[in-house]
This record gives sequence, C-alpha cells and structure tokens, in this order.
Amino acid sequence: MTTLALTVRDSATMTRRSFRHVVRYPVTLVVAVAVPVLLLLLFVGVFGALKSGLGTGPHISYIDYVMPGIIVMTAGYGSSVTAQAVNRDSTEGIIGRFRTMAIAPTSVLNGYVLSAVARTLVSAALVIGAGIGLGFRPTANVGQWLAAAGITVLLVLALSWLAVPFGLAAKTAESLTGFILIVQVLPFISSAFVPTGQMSGSVRWFAAHEPFTPVINTLRGLLTGSASGGTTLTAVIWCAGLALLGYLWARALSRRDLSR
Amino acid sequence: MTSAITAAGLCKSFGDTSVLDGVDLEVEAGTTFSLLGPNGAGKTTTVQIMSTLVRADGGEVRVAGHDVAREPAAVRAAIGVTGQFSAVDTLLTGEENLLLMADLHHLGRAAGRRRAATLLDKFDLAEAAKKAAMTYSGGMRRRLDLAMTLVGDPRIIFLDEPTTGLDPRSRRVMWQTIRDLVAGGVTIFLTTQQLDEADQLADRIAVLDHGKIVAAGSPEELKRSIPGAYVRLRFADIAGLDAAAQVISDGFRHDDALTLEVPSDGGAIAVRELLNRLGDTAAGVDDLSVHTPDLDDVFFALTGQPAPETTPEMENAR
Repeated sequence: MTTLALTVRDSATMTRRSFRHVVRYPVTLVVAVAVPVLLLLLFVGVFGALKSGLGTGPHISYIDYVMPGIIVMTAGYGSSVTAQAVNRDSTEGIIGRFRTMAIAPTSVLNGYVLSAVARTLVSAALVIGAGIGLGFRPTANVGQWLAAAGITVLLVLALSWLAVPFGLAAKTAESLTGFILIVQVLPFISSAFVPTGQMSGSVRWFAAHEPFTPVINTLRGLLTGSASGGTTLTAVIWCAGLALLGYLWARALSRRDLSR
Repeated sequence: MTSAITAAGLCKSFGDTSVLDGVDLEVEAGTTFSLLGPNGAGKTTTVQIMSTLVRADGGEVRVAGHDVAREPAAVRAAIGVTGQFSAVDTLLTGEENLLLMADLHHLGRAAGRRRAATLLDKFDLAEAAKKAAMTYSGGMRRRLDLAMTLVGDPRIIFLDEPTTGLDPRSRRVMWQTIRDLVAGGVTIFLTTQQLDEADQLADRIAVLDHGKIVAAGSPEELKRSIPGAYVRLRFADIAGLDAAAQVISDGFRHDDALTLEVPSDGGAIAVRELLNRLGDTAAGVDDLSVHTPDLDDVFFALTGQPAPETTPEMENAR
C-alpha cells in the first residue's frame, strides 16, 4: 500500500476508536447538546422580551439573532471535549504505544480531528433542532444551509486542530483550563448575543476583531438572511489560519521526544 | 551469533542530568536479556531510546538490524513494547483494545478476530473480554497490555519492569509467558529491579548504575560476584553471643547489635545443621532470620557502596 493509503486506513481506524468512545459514553454528547440549549433558553428568556432593545433591529426576533452564536458555542464546547480526550490518551500512555507502532504518525491526530468534526456536527444539528422547537425560524435555502454547514465544518476543523496540541502539551487535565476558558468564554465577547456596535471602548474593538465574530455574522447572514457585511472571507481566513497553526503545532509535538 | 539489539556508546542527558553515560550492549537474537538496576539508573530511558520514543544524544543503537535514529519505521515494524505503565485504552473493552491493535497492524477483519480471541484465551481474559478495561485489576491490565503488544507478532519485545506492582501469582504467569515467547524464537529485552526475576528469566544480565553498565554476564557469573545468603542470629545478651560464637567460628559477630551472621545458602537443611552445631547455646538465641542476596547486595558487591538513592521522577520522566 502507498503511504497515503496507509494514512487513510490508519486514520479511519483511529476515528472509529474515538466514535466508539462516544457511543460507549453518550453522556459526552448529551452534555455537548444540553449546555448550548440551556444557554439558548437563558438568553432568549432573559433578553428575548426586550424586543429590539439590544440593537438587533426590529426585523429579527431575538432567537433568530442568537442561534448562530449558540451554534458557535456548541463548536467551542465540542473542542474542549476533544482536548480532554487527547489529554487522557497522552497521560494514560496509549499515545506512547501508538508511537512505537509502525503507523503513520499523523493518523493518530487525524483520528481525533475527524471524529471531533463528526461529533460536533451531530451536536450542532441537535442544537439547531432544539432551537427550531423553541421558535428559531431560519430562512435559508438549500444552498445557504450547505454554506452554513461548510463554515461550521471549517470552524470545527480549526478548533479541533487547536484542541489536539493543547491536549498533547498539557501534563494534567487541570492544565487544560486555559484552552477550555478560551473556547468557551470567547464566544460571549462577540456578536453572539449583542451586535458589537452596542458595546463600548476596548470590549467593542475586541469583539469586532476576534475570530468568532465573523463566523457568527456569516452564519447569521446565511441562516436568517440578515446582512453579513462581507465577513465570510474574514471568517474563512481566520478558520484556515487557526487550523493550519494547530496542525503544525500538533505535528511538531507528535514528533518530539516523549520524555519532557 | 546474530544480534537483535546492539548499542554502542549510548548517551542521554535531560538538561544537566546525565541519565546514560556511554552504554554498550549486545543482545543475541532469540534470548532474554535483562537490564538490572534501581530506580533512576536509566533503564526506562534505555528502553525509550531503543523503541524510538526518545532520541539519544550520542552513540549508535541498532534494533533488528536498523538504526533507531535513521530508520525508526523499520524498527517499529519489528518491535513490541510494554512499558511500566499499562498503555491500554481504558474506555474500550479488552476485546476492542486487541481489535484496535489488529486494525493498526492491518490484519484484516477475520484474522484480527481470530488473533484477539486466541490472545484473550491465552491471557485468561476471555471472561472479561466484553468489559471496559477501566474495570480491570492491575494484573488484568498488565496482561491486556502484553496481549496488545503481541497482536503484531513482534520478533523483539521490550518489557519495562513488567511485574512491578503485580501479585506473586500474576508475576509467575508473566514469567511463564516470557519463557513461552523466547521458546518461540522471540528476543526479550527485560528491565527489572529484582535480581530473582533476572535470575529466573535472563540468559544474560547487565547491571546499570548511574547510567553506566557496571557488570554484565550470565546469571551464574553475576551471582559469583555477590555475597551469599546468611543466617542472622540475635541473642538476648552478650553472654549468649559469646557462647555461640565459640561454637560457630565462621560467623561474623556484631557486639552492638548482639547478632551473629553465619554464611549459609539459607535453605532448611542448612538451618537445621546450624542449629545442631549451636547445640545447647541455641537457648540464648532470641531471633533467627534468613537473609538472601538482593539488589542491595549486588550493588554492594559491584560498586562497593549501597544501592543509590532512588529518584523515581527521573526514571518516570516521560
């Protein structure tokens, strides 16, 4: 077999392994759906009554405004699960076993990322389903849905490729707190719940320029037909850049000595 | 002789700490080689370098005819490694762990299932095959770990302290497994802190201390350099010690401790003979204990000083 065929085969084996973990312990998936849905209930319940008081405009209901942010939060939460899974393997020693075997080294990493993408897309679909049950009314056509799925996949790829090196580098589960904080809290300081224009000072500048904001705006434009203000390209560049950074870092970590 | 493993001038430091300082080794194919040494001697680091996990700072290591630094993939294809800490996927069942290894060795579905079933039987894990490995006892995890190592039918197997923390029965089972593997032509590179383990299994032993090989040879050769067993007699008072010392002239007396140490093989017959020789003076004996040589004695004999202080964090640096 060629190197590529072997990499594909070993990556598929590693992906199946991660799927089996989810099937065996579905509570991971349940929490990954429950957390965003609870946030959705919270924000719609608290701010939904304010009508256009948050500057979201009169033509959009608050749940329609919030839903793209909730989808991004689902991806953020999913990547913290990925980082924890990578870290568990790394601290339990099974990564050492894989590294003494004649398998393509990137296949171990690919397995984490591919299973993370699949797992997070399933959670996102369930969260969107729950959102529709609560009154979310997307106006997207098939093409826009596909584009929304595409940008979501890109975001999950970026977050997963970042989660892998953080998981590999952390010596204990506790030292992952920084990464988890970033992926779970950063979406709050974005256009997820309030347009960045309503914010003030440095928070406004930060929210307007952090990577989650263009992704959320692009999703909002696709799903609810509101103007996305040409943020799609910015979103794609952010995601591709972060994915590449995470990939290179993960590859470097997987090649270094196991002793630290 | 065909060498399965050779190391020449192997050096490795972590920061300022030199862990391996010019190690030379040669392991003949189809034999068991034991690297004996206390915690922190550099045993795990040696295994990590030979199994391509860690790069050496200097020296050359060839495993299965391939240079570990230049041809790691070829080395990996020939070896199996069972480390000090069991490397199993605790979320999967025992069977799934073995099937995962079979898939990674590209055995194919049917062949993989057969291999997994055989190994589950062999390692007494068939009953627990469908249970998650996190529910396994330490001994079961260690057996699963070794079974996973064997899925790919490696010709050279590294076992890093495979019986540390095992109960005596599991330890015997592990020893028998190792003997069976060698009988099948496999080369075993075994690290241990226990002299009796090396004695039981190894064709050749090398003693590693502070990153250097301080002695090497067959178990018999090594044992000859180690002081034998002795019987220690403790007495109630100095009069008792005096009386016994007059009868037992080959004993070493320690007046402070009120003890007499008599060289002996420590067996029951030797102890009976000693008691016969003591005769009536045996009445003064407060306590009798048999002392057999252990790693401390090996180090005392080989280096003239007691075994060095253990530094587990160095050995376990991973």
